Amino acid sequence: MRHLPEDRGGDSLLARLIRTEKEVEGRYTEQWVVVEEDDLEQWPAGPRDTVGRPAERVTGLARARGEARYTADVQLPGMLHTAVLRSPHASARVRRIDLAPALAAPGVRAALGPDDSDSLTGEPGYPGAAVAAVAADSFAQASAALELVDVEWDVLEPLLDPDEAVRRGSLIDETTHYERGDLEQGLAEADAVVEAEYRTQTVLHNALETHQTVCEWEGGRLTVYASTQWIWGIRDRLAAHFDLPADWVRVVCRYMGGGFGAKTEPGDHGFLAAELAQATGRPVRCALTRREENQATGNRHATIQRLVAGARSDGTLTALGGDYVMAVGWEGWKSSTAGPMQMLYACPNVRTDEAGAKINTGPNDAFRAPGFVEGTFGLECILDELAAKLDLDPLELRRRNHADSDLVDGRPFSSKNLLECYRRADAHWARRDEVRARSKGAWKRGVGLASQIWYGGGGPPSYAWVRMGADGRAHVITGHQDIGTGTSTALAQIAAEELGLPFDRVEISFGDSDRGPYATYSAGSSTTPSMGPAVRAAAADAARQVIEIAAQRYQVEERVLRLENGNVLSADGGSWPLEEVTGLLEDGQILGKGSRGPNPAGMRILTFGIQVAEVAVDVETGEVRVDRVAAIHDVGRVINPLGASSQVEGGIIQGLGHTLSEQRLLDPVSGAVLTQSLDAYKLPTIADVPEIVTELLDIPDPHLTSLGAKGLGEPPIVPTAAAIANAIRDATGANVRSLPITREEMLRALKEARERERPLAGQAR
Amino acid sequence: MPDLRVNGQAHRLDPPGLRSLAEILREDLGLTGTKIGCGEGHCGACTVLLDGEPVLSCITLAATVDEREVTTIEGLRDHPLVDSFVRADALQCGFCTPGQIVSASALVADSPEPTRDAIRHRMAGNLCRCGTYPKIEEAILSWRG
Repeated sequence: MRHLPEDRGGDSLLARLIRTEKEVEGRYTEQWVVVEEDDLEQWPAGPRDTVGRPAERVTGLARARGEARYTADVQLPGMLHTAVLRSPHASARVRRIDLAPALAAPGVRAALGPDDSDSLTGEPGYPGAAVAAVAADSFAQASAALELVDVEWDVLEPLLDPDEAVRRGSLIDETTHYERGDLEQGLAEADAVVEAEYRTQTVLHNALETHQTVCEWEGGRLTVYASTQWIWGIRDRLAAHFDLPADWVRVVCRYMGGGFGAKTEPGDHGFLAAELAQATGRPVRCALTRREENQATGNRHATIQRLVAGARSDGTLTALGGDYVMAVGWEGWKSSTAGPMQMLYACPNVRTDEAGAKINTGPNDAFRAPGFVEGTFGLECILDELAAKLDLDPLELRRRNHADSDLVDGRPFSSKNLLECYRRADAHWARRDEVRARSKGAWKRGVGLASQIWYGGGGPPSYAWVRMGADGRAHVITGHQDIGTGTSTALAQIAAEELGLPFDRVEISFGDSDRGPYATYSAGSSTTPSMGPAVRAAAADAARQVIEIAAQRYQVEERVLRLENGNVLSADGGSWPLEEVTGLLEDGQILGKGSRGPNPAGMRILTFGIQVAEVAVDVETGEVRVDRVAAIHDVGRVINPLGASSQVEGGIIQGLGHTLSEQRLLDPVSGAVLTQSLDAYKLPTIADVPEIVTELLDIPDPHLTSLGAKGLGEPPIVPTAAAIANAIRDATGANVRSLPITREEMLRALKEARERERPLAGQAR
Repeated sequence: MPDLRVNGQAHRLDPPGLRSLAEILREDLGLTGTKIGCGEGHCGACTVLLDGEPVLSCITLAATVDEREVTTIEGLRDHPLVDSFVRADALQCGFCTPGQIVSASALVADSPEPTRDAIRHRMAGNLCRCGTYPKIEEAILSWRG
């Protein structure tokens, strides 16, 4: 069981100020955190009164009725609209720019050029880089004025090929090397070795609400309405930019139209809106068009993965190696594509090198499990190629190489139930013979699987308040934002559970940095595991106060009282409606506060899972259809099974697009983005969706917080591409090695498989 | 410009010029339930009904609406589909949801007991990046509660 002093690294006093590790999308930093954690025991596993039972999302009705006001719907009196001049060239220098004709155009109130703002550049390094901005009474006027900006360019030849960039030493940072054991020795010990090159494409987030911000200055203070995954991050960045006290910037994001990783920073549009609002004294909106969105707001960067894997004849892995090249773009960071190879299996000899190519394309940004989606595709495909070579069952191969502790830094896992996921996968995997037998004519069918590993433990700091009034209802107040993942519903459930209140007697406020305490971002599968324990602690604080009042009022000992189903119950059978107790307050309020404690010291907190995909492939046309995906994930305690199944389905469907249809295409000469519209960029539609079976283990992590809950936003997208590719191999014998699996790629792989099966045919002729 | 009839009410408008129906609804009438996801008729978030037929309001010139009755999500707030979408959890970020419900309302008006295939055919023009499609299918199948 969880034991706070031990989990704090043996400190018997619960420290107020601690040094703790914080993980963001797989990157670790150390930081000081002031904590005040309640030593609450975890609830027993399984569904409770509210937690663990399906709940309709608290914001559902407002969103479905079209009443929810998104940033896109914010209209302020006198508000101006911004149009941004974006570089048409992948690499260029502005020789001369004249804003005067634009400033003279109807409705124009301000214009900024490269010398006027840090967010504008005279030396764009990718197509879509912001060069100038115009604010006008309407967006149409601003756009028309932009046409009048007179620019003379020196157009430079762009560097677009990531391998060429590595050769030339054009890197975003130093190449990351990781090594344990001896790769060469591991390969020498192997009975079978597979070497293969895998490629993944650049994909675009395409949240349906584009990146946008509305800024308004009031008495030297700035109010920001932003479509963002992190109101506090925006607050801090804008406050630093304008040299203001942090709380002079208020950031509001009540409803948010999707992010998927690309909306944690203010962005050029955020800084420009604030600067133009300052320059004009008017509220200013800066909203990207869909076409700008697909050039300049981040992406999942393409990867080239040159991998080698070796195993003994019994399937024991002896060697895993990978040379990774990431097409990061002009700015940004390389995501940890080698992570799955380092972490997923108990292989003693592993060597990886990750190079981030700096090229003249739009910068990457986090996109739902960045790196691990791409890296899992390569790793889990080569593992199946190895299984085929050794004539071993792929699921058995994974069982055999299960990692009992973390081999990267020797830490124990806070909890890991991957073997139980594998056990549950048996039933889906056993459908294989029946599925294959349904192959008919050109349509070949098969089943494939892939394992999942990813982060999702969250961490401090995060805070919550709970207020109760005379009516016996509770109001959770947080500073987090709900980007559509349903975290606000889960948090309200946690408060209801702790307070023994029916779910419909709990409200939740969020999405306003002036009206709630600091909260973590909606990213990194961290919101529920970070915020949930803070909300539970705040609710427990409020519950304690209710019990104190009831004990005095009814002359009973506090220790015999508890809250349940809207009543205060005593051990001797006494029962009072909660509102009878809180009614004593009249206009008074009970205020509970809670914070997120630190993560267990010295442990690795990860999420695990496996997906089993069933596909049909037309071997004549190369068409691929995914019929069914079974997803089994271990994410600790599940707060809301209904919302959780939606997260799993959404992740798999995004993974399906990544696998089969989505791809940012560039003009190979100019570097221009060819897929700027949602017509050209192929998102999955309802007609593409397979049957999805979701199974969550729902086993609380005994060491992680008072909830034992991990995050679920990202894990479901991690193994989907590999499971589908492996099912294609099962159906056809073809090794697809490049995403997306277009008909061309499918036909190439089929041809290669045919030639592999008839190696002597060419020589015989 | 004749009056624009929206959700049973007539609105007198300035000559709309080349402005789209979506812009007029959102900016002039304050009916922001209609969303603009792409502005070029590819995503379906801006779907409204014209005399009961779903159209993409972001690529419909307001001046071409004429006498036809416009129905937006604001006119469908009491439609049973609203509850069935919430019940089935058929929305995540919710930005595409009004358009989804408007399209679905036309579908169930034509065929009150649609098959899964019919739902997949008729709803394929409404993109949802969060991937709520399985739940949308359930919501439409169970729209009468």
